[in-house]
Amino acid sequence: MKLPRWFHQLGSPPYVYRLADRLCPWLGGLGVTLLIIGAYWGLVIAPPDYQQGDSARIIYIHPQTAYIGMMAYVVMAVAAAIGYVWRLKLAHAVAVSAAPIGAWFTFCALFTGSVWGRPTWGTYWQWGDPRIMFEALLLFLFLGYLALRGAFDDRDKADRVTAILAVVGVVNIPIVHFSVEWWNSIHQGPTIFRAGGPAMTNDMLVPFLIMVAAFTLTFYWLLLRRLQAEIIEREGDTRWIRELVAEGAP
Amino acid sequence: MTEFFLMNGHGAYVWSAYGITLVVLILNAWLARAKHRSALQRARELAAQAEVPRKQPTVKRLQ
Repeated sequence: MKLPRWFHQLGSPPYVYRLADRLCPWLGGLGVTLLIIGAYWGLVIAPPDYQQGDSARIIYIHPQTAYIGMMAYVVMAVAAAIGYVWRLKLAHAVAVSAAPIGAWFTFCALFTGSVWGRPTWGTYWQWGDPRIMFEALLLFLFLGYLALRGAFDDRDKADRVTAILAVVGVVNIPIVHFSVEWWNSIHQGPTIFRAGGPAMTNDMLVPFLIMVAAFTLTFYWLLLRRLQAEIIEREGDTRWIRELVAEGAP
Repeated sequence: MTEFFLMNGHGAYVWSAYGITLVVLILNAWLARAKHRSALQRARELAAQAEVPRKQPTVKRLQ
């Protein structure tokens, strides 16, 4: 089977670097715009919840940051696996770039969940709640991945060893996702993707989904910017990098 | 207006959640940008080291 041309192009660092240059203004611009619209909608326009009152406004950032953390992990694990199997430098660069962003968003999910838990459940932190525990594990997987990278001087070796950790840790993702169905949890069950449609009225669902899109676009914007830096570092003193800096790139 | 910020007693929770998220977003944008800039700077230095004798004008334009 002949692979399409774009497939080969995606393995080429200069091509991906310039593609990222073209995509970033759109991802960043649209992402930030939607973040502002979604935050205004969620904080001002959307009604308070009939049970939880105004604390429910955290629903426009908490599930979204948690989902970005999980998506970042999946991106990292898939990229690391591709890099490991096909020895593709660029794939390893994607994995490394996703890790710190995922760690920050997972931290954010834990924090926003904590301050939502206080008025709703009466506690900031519930030891033993499966979703909280596995979400905390997700943060430690990111931090462990980054710490393990730091332990190697040789980049290729770091890529290969950390790829194994990234791939093994991916089992945690379905566990976080299904934890509320498999075990008793003080977390609520699925709200959006459930039998019978979303358990949310449109005046809350619309800002909820705007924020999902906003955080997704923002994540890929950050990922591509970090990937660009990673590509430059990995390509070192090559001809296209020299041409790039000679063009007066910022 | 005050009522809006108090959020019926939930203000501290809601605003700290949104505040930390905003800080994390800004920090991440700054970190990504800083990393990109330092990588470019290093590439510039490498290129300059390699080309100083031959291509003086290129080096000059970059500074």
